[in-house]
Amino acid sequence: MIESITALLTTDFVLYALAAGVALALVAGPLGSFIVWRRMSYFGDTLAHSALLGIAIGLISGSNPQLSIIISCLLFAFILTVLDRKTSVSTDTLLGILAHSSLALGIVVLSLADSVRVDLEAYLFGALLTISSVDLVWILAVVFLVAVVLYTFWNELVSITVHAELAEIEGTNINRLNLILVMLIALTIAVSMKIVGVLLVTSLLIIPPAAARQLAETPEQMAVKASCIGVLSVVLGLGSAFYFNLPVGPTIVVIATLIFLALYFFQGTQKSRSNTG
Amino acid sequence: MPAPDSDKPVSNNPDTDNSVLLRVNSICKSFGERKVLENVNLTVERGQIVTLIGPNGAGKTTLVRIALGLILADSGTLFHTPSLRMGYMPQKVHIEPTLPLTVIRFLQLANRNDGRLVTETLRELNIGHLGRQQLSSVSGGELQRVLLARALLRKPQLLVLDEPAQGIDLAGQAELYQLISEISTQKGCGVLMISHDLHLVMSATDEVICLNHHVCCHGKPEHVSTDPAYLDLFGASASQNLAIYTHHHNHEHDITGNIRAPEND
Repeated sequence: MIESITALLTTDFVLYALAAGVALALVAGPLGSFIVWRRMSYFGDTLAHSALLGIAIGLISGSNPQLSIIISCLLFAFILTVLDRKTSVSTDTLLGILAHSSLALGIVVLSLADSVRVDLEAYLFGALLTISSVDLVWILAVVFLVAVVLYTFWNELVSITVHAELAEIEGTNINRLNLILVMLIALTIAVSMKIVGVLLVTSLLIIPPAAARQLAETPEQMAVKASCIGVLSVVLGLGSAFYFNLPVGPTIVVIATLIFLALYFFQGTQKSRSNTG
Repeated sequence: MPAPDSDKPVSNNPDTDNSVLLRVNSICKSFGERKVLENVNLTVERGQIVTLIGPNGAGKTTLVRIALGLILADSGTLFHTPSLRMGYMPQKVHIEPTLPLTVIRFLQLANRNDGRLVTETLRELNIGHLGRQQLSSVSGGELQRVLLARALLRKPQLLVLDEPAQGIDLAGQAELYQLISEISTQKGCGVLMISHDLHLVMSATDEVICLNHHVCCHGKPEHVSTDPAYLDLFGASASQNLAIYTHHHNHEHDITGNIRAPEND
């Protein structure tokens, strides 16, 4: 068994997958915490769905797929933010319309392009093991950028999340920070497309923070612990996917969910014990 | 306008108009068809406590939000003294249950670099023991003090308080208003606050503005309490209640009812 593990770890594509997954999980902890606190998970879903349209356009126009996903995600995030401020339709409805129309449009456009054969499943559920060194560089660069920006604006981002008006009076530019947060989410979702896929991206962002909530007293603790749970999910997920020959992306999400459930019930029994005792 | 010699404290500036911290002139504001504020004027000077009273839906919070610069008026002007530092105590604070937040961390959002100021302010407001508690678990009265602490951490020149005494019992309310008055004197900051009941804020206020979409009457609390417009709004019984509370306090009770030792200042 030890031999097989060392054999795995010296294989390039496994190392790439591991590095990409761990890097993403690290930044998904704090970023996902904001998605949970601000109830933005549907927003994340919409961005992920719209990314498929970006992939389709990128493939047809023959441009760099990573770049076209990133640009389309950023564009969609921007459009959503502006529409949300301007329209009278509720955010919920707006997101619902955009999420599914862009997903449908993406699939239609992909099927129109006969010349390119696309593995749709890879985009929907992720294909972590097909990550190339170029993909890895993209992922690491974006993760690094997101981490630096998050670190720089951390206190202000927490402040606008806790109480926007207090933050504004204390001199924080709320609109700018909202836009920064939305762009960070868009970037992260764009590069994690290959890892867990359109349909599962948001789960990797929200399940680890939700699990970490039980263990945290402050926003920072929740963010850090979410990162740890995310990394654990990626490592265990990759491992068991290999061992039992399972699809990688869904396995990672299943592991994260199991951790969430375990913590939830463990904490529940702890609480009831301290209440009765 | 930045002062040429900036190491001079602002209060030493001989400019007479410098005493005005905040002024709004002929403010009008509508939400859709509903006119909320009509031609409202308001001035807060350094060290002055101004209280806004009025029935529910009179536009008090809207006026305060305009004064803070959080929303724009439809017409009228807003003046803040240059680089005005404001501390704001909002009416409602809702913390998402998914967001873990201790009292200390909440306060650090306002002032991250000065840990000593945070603990000192907590102690001044008698809530030093709350630091490690979750903000969502503190009681109503404690929460109001935590919010006041957050407002004070900005070392404000102007404190804006939206119903600071809500959710607190009568004795606690009187104590809180007393505290606000002391803070205003000690730190020399102006206070603009919203309150429901004139009789409780009476001893701690310099100017009362009675608002019901427009300014019904304003002036010293003694004057407003007998003003026909005020009696119209709140009924004659309100002014009778008032008489009970206008005596001079020669001693104080703390929250548990014990008489406090007199202070030397």
